[in-house]
Amino acid sequence: MAGATYKTPKLDELEKGPWPSFVKEIKMAARRSPMANDLLGQLEKSYTEKIGYWKHGGIVGVMGYGGGVIGRYSQLPEEFPGVSHFHTIRVNQPAGWFYTSKALRGICDMWEKRGSGLTNMHGSTGDIVLLGTVTDQLEPIFAELTATGFDLGGSGSDVRTPSCCCGKARCEWACYDTMAVCYDFTMSFQDELHRPAFPYKYKFKFAGCPNDCVASVARSDMSFIGTWRDDIKVNAEEVKKYVDGGLDIINNVVLNCPGKCMKWDGKKLEIDNDSCRHCMHCINVMPKALAPGDDRGACILIGSKAPIVEGALLSSVLIPFIKMEPPYTEIKEIIERIWDLWCEEGKARERVGEFIQRVGMGNFLEAIEVEPLAEMVAHPRENPYVFYEDYFEEGDEDEDEEEEEG
Amino acid sequence: MAVDMSERKTDFGPPHYEQFLPPIIKENYGKWKYHEVLKPGVMVHVSASGARLYTVRAGSPRLISIDKIRNYCDLADKYCGGYLRFTSRHNVEFLLTDQKNIDPLIADLKALGHPVGGIGNAISSIVHTQGWVHCHSAATDASGIVKSVMDELCEYFTSTKLPGKLRIALACCLNMCGAVHCSDIAILGIHRRPPQVKHDRLRKECEIPSVVAACPTAAIRPIMVDGNPSVEILEENCMFCANCYTVCPSLPLNDPLNDGVSIWVGGKVSNARHEPMFSKLAIPFIPNNPPRWPEVVSAVKGLVELWAANARPYERMGEWIERITWPKFFRMAGIEFQKEHIDDFKHAGLTYKRSAQLTR
Repeated sequence: MAGATYKTPKLDELEKGPWPSFVKEIKMAARRSPMANDLLGQLEKSYTEKIGYWKHGGIVGVMGYGGGVIGRYSQLPEEFPGVSHFHTIRVNQPAGWFYTSKALRGICDMWEKRGSGLTNMHGSTGDIVLLGTVTDQLEPIFAELTATGFDLGGSGSDVRTPSCCCGKARCEWACYDTMAVCYDFTMSFQDELHRPAFPYKYKFKFAGCPNDCVASVARSDMSFIGTWRDDIKVNAEEVKKYVDGGLDIINNVVLNCPGKCMKWDGKKLEIDNDSCRHCMHCINVMPKALAPGDDRGACILIGSKAPIVEGALLSSVLIPFIKMEPPYTEIKEIIERIWDLWCEEGKARERVGEFIQRVGMGNFLEAIEVEPLAEMVAHPRENPYVFYEDYFEEGDEDEDEEEEEG
Repeated sequence: MAVDMSERKTDFGPPHYEQFLPPIIKENYGKWKYHEVLKPGVMVHVSASGARLYTVRAGSPRLISIDKIRNYCDLADKYCGGYLRFTSRHNVEFLLTDQKNIDPLIADLKALGHPVGGIGNAISSIVHTQGWVHCHSAATDASGIVKSVMDELCEYFTSTKLPGKLRIALACCLNMCGAVHCSDIAILGIHRRPPQVKHDRLRKECEIPSVVAACPTAAIRPIMVDGNPSVEILEENCMFCANCYTVCPSLPLNDPLNDGVSIWVGGKVSNARHEPMFSKLAIPFIPNNPPRWPEVVSAVKGLVELWAANARPYERMGEWIERITWPKFFRMAGIEFQKEHIDDFKHAGLTYKRSAQLTR
């Protein structure tokens, strides 16, 4: 391996201990990659000086795409030439993060030749993140990735790479086929994903049940959370087995129910399904005895985001329940209307959640032609300052009557 | 460049997931009936057909080399017909059909240095960001703190002795590309020195109207400096969000003396029992102390163990605190309540205590 040998006493400390060490990973990659080696040098300097040494941004990419590559340059290219360019490639992961060893080896072989050999499996949004390459390698990387069937993910003000839980592949609670929907939406919105044209990013996350293993309610502009609307399925015999096995069903299940809809008389579990809030707790505690009902679908929520700029938001209900069946036309039409409105009226770097806060949910719903529902609010307004758009005038009634007659 | 551009394919999306599903999953897709946690990090899903799929989950540092991915591939080839997956919290999962392979696989993972666990009433891997490894706006490193915290909490990953689930996340600045704002414990890098205006570069690198507009508290004003247009910062209005820096590289906030870490508690995303909640501020500021951030590690460990000792079964951090009330939490945690704990941004009034229901 060419390049300097760095003394890294601070980083070496992080090779100790029971949790797997990222420093060992960088050192492994550094045995063959001068880029990874110089990353080690620069990182040790950060650990000594308590500051990062990466330049701000830089626009690089592959032909025809506006997203998928994040430019990264060192502030210290002379001291650490190996990381003078250290760009990130986002690769769209397969739904549910399932792989074969063959597919992963293909990516590894490419990345051994053309990058630092360092990755994130996976990035926060869900992509395979390839950390560290130079501008000249971008097109060859893209060519090799596409030859093995992988495409780039999103970055910048575009649809970000959608992600989903493992759904029906390995979970009895999946209330819709998360992987199928995630794949379908990803394919439908390829142009929006690769060519940033929005005020800011737009994330989709698909969770199969209200446990929300992909944190969709906190981390996506549009959150799809699986749920059901018929009765919880009960296997009375299995309930009894849990209790006989030592489960404190009163304290751990009945009293934890947010809808207070359960009763246990010592022999039988009674559920008032009209009061069930579909929280999943009882099902989580007794997976062999209880299950979501058969009339399954999703609740669609909108607008969550991290603090920048106007404060963090959780998603809120847009569609309380919808059957998730292909080709998902109704949902896609709503999405198109949301994007049309937000692209027209949204400010730069304004996420859709912030946009809704600014214009008002009522106005937003009107513009996207969705009826307001009580399910969309925690409670109705407390303040009496209502923005009525028009008012009555003397004679209005007569005119109405005339129109009716006419 | 030796690339044939004539048949360039674009916009074909990710590979279809079906080709990556092991036969047992294809056969039982949508037919799973229930699952059981067999031991820490191991569960079985049972299908209506009677098929049994065993999952072994191992922790990972997220930042991994291709050598490690190839190691995972070797294990998948050896035990699982070449199939494997990753979780939303960076864990790697091996999907087995033969129960006899579980223990040898766990032994191999241990030899590789990867603990098995993170299922059920346990801490799962920490979701985190890039930090000094790869980000320009980081107020702290991410991987180093995560490694140090998990070294100390590893026993709670490899066991299921906690009262409920505990999710820790780390973001190295307020941009929160790790979206930590709904975690049981969130470790958040913060700046606390206003941007330093690089007047010489600003007029070349930045568009002044967008810089001014980027500030949510109107703390940026256009001015002339030595006959050139630039901006000034009204420092008393700056809340260190760094949005200006994101749109203008000539306004760096990074500062070794003033960058550090804050700790937040009580958030959750699942709907189980309590609705999803944001994390709330517990510790406003701990200076960066690499390589092992001992003050952060001990604060996080203290919070985990306080919750573990006092929470009822299934009660998440936020549910426990809501039950015992916040004043009691601060007393029990030995954290001094300060001015910084009281919100002063939009809708701050909604966070004031608006009743006389107080505990002693």
